Amino acid sequence: MSNIGIIMRRELASYFATPLAYIFLLIFLVLANLFTFYLGGFFERGQADLDPFFSYHPWLFLFLIPAVSMRLWADERRTGSIELLMTQPVTLWQAVVAKFLAAWAFTVLALALTFPLWITVNFLGKPDNGAILAAYIGSALLAAGFLSIGSLASALTRNPVIAFIVGVAACFVFLVAGFPLVLDAFRGWAPQFLVDAVASLGFLTHYEAISKGVIDIRDLIYFALLITWFLLATAVVLDVRKSE
Amino acid sequence: MIKTEALTRRYGALTAVDAVTFTVSPGEVLGFLGPNGAGKTTTMRMLAGFISATSGSASICGHDVETDSLAARACLGYLPEGAPAYGEMTVRDFLDFIADLRRLRGASRTRIDGVIERLQLQGVLDQTIETLSKGFRRRVGLAQAIMHDPPVLILDEPTDGLDPNQKHEVRALINAMAGDKTVIISTHILEEVDAVCTRAIIIARGRIVADDTPLGLAARSRYHNAVSMSLARAEQLPAARAAVAALPSVAEVEVDEAAARLTALPRDGRPLLGELSELAASNGIALTELHLEAGRLDEVFRTITA
Repeated sequence: MSNIGIIMRRELASYFATPLAYIFLLIFLVLANLFTFYLGGFFERGQADLDPFFSYHPWLFLFLIPAVSMRLWADERRTGSIELLMTQPVTLWQAVVAKFLAAWAFTVLALALTFPLWITVNFLGKPDNGAILAAYIGSALLAAGFLSIGSLASALTRNPVIAFIVGVAACFVFLVAGFPLVLDAFRGWAPQFLVDAVASLGFLTHYEAISKGVIDIRDLIYFALLITWFLLATAVVLDVRKSE
Repeated sequence: MIKTEALTRRYGALTAVDAVTFTVSPGEVLGFLGPNGAGKTTTMRMLAGFISATSGSASICGHDVETDSLAARACLGYLPEGAPAYGEMTVRDFLDFIADLRRLRGASRTRIDGVIERLQLQGVLDQTIETLSKGFRRRVGLAQAIMHDPPVLILDEPTDGLDPNQKHEVRALINAMAGDKTVIISTHILEEVDAVCTRAIIIARGRIVADDTPLGLAARSRYHNAVSMSLARAEQLPAARAAVAALPSVAEVEVDEAAARLTALPRDGRPLLGELSELAASNGIALTELHLEAGRLDEVFRTITA
């Protein structure tokens, strides 16, 4: 197995070594279903699709994903185990990618556990299962984007609580980057191309396109670039601060 | 083989390690001594590739720790200060994880069992590391460091926090493993230097202030070749002191009244034992003990690092 595989497996096992993983899965599933049925009006709409389920994912992830990513590096630095890990024959980049992939695999598992909803909607009607699959992919990409931001937040501090708060704030900015809330701060002084650039950085536009069942290569590239950039930033920050 | 060349690390205005140059050859066990904050851990972290040098270079088995870092780390077993590990893992899972990273497969995988036996970890294999005592944690850290039978071992305070029996075991382990390995251990326990090291470097304020064998270091002591004598009758102490002090080869006499003991320090390291035993016999001073000192490392340490 490669170094990435070895570290990823250890990370995943460590999630389940404490009740944290189970609590997270439970809360995620309860909240996802509450949003779908109460806020989203799943039954009242009378439509055989999962729109009410997927449209709340960004807001659910905003708080739950930073809770997964907050310990990624903050804990390693707090306990000193980063010194053990980084003196093994492993590159920093392998470790950064492995930990990110472990966290992602965990959130994909949480998503996969929502399968009863999919069964329900298929039982009640004839939904477009292709669109549902696309929406799941979009949701997984959104989670990956949040996780990469959370990974950087976690590398910046030894304190997981600070990593969580910084992670939520940063994820929020990226989530609503296409909204007047953020754009108005730029409109007064910035040239139009910059305003457009900020607007296109927003998660929501890209996520909503995919969750409607339209997988555009540009949206995929957007997520790939964003994730790569934040993981690179994580590695750079760790390289400078790992021993502090 | 470990080589450093003017290895330097600065933190802002503070120079933690200042142009440290040394070579350690296979078969040597180097004791790295120095007060807290002298730069021992920083030097070891640079050797292990955990932090990078501000200037200068270091290599392990010929692999530069900066430019050929993975190859250098592959030759190295490293115990970080405080023996950090993943607390939520069991000892067995943790050692398996390290063995995976060290690419121990097939026949060499059985090394895990050998290491477990050597460090007597059989009883705690299924306990999580966070529930272990300090001594066991340190042994898990050592197990991790020696797992892949590396030619170079760097151990940062391997016996810190252990009880005397465990200290003895760990020292015996280091002695048994040393053989043709290159070993550096840091410590501030001076008896450890006598017990395991073939050579000692004393570092203070980031600089090497002494580099010698343990015997050579002891020979720098005022007490090198000094003779202590314990008197059977305390009332003879003043007379004995006067007689000893009168000898031309004695530089100074120290008296411990409570123990009825006096220590004669030699002038220019001249041997005193013969003269003193004759003197005691001819003056009718009854002795319970006559002892030749090799030198006191703690006194050398204080003098050099103060």
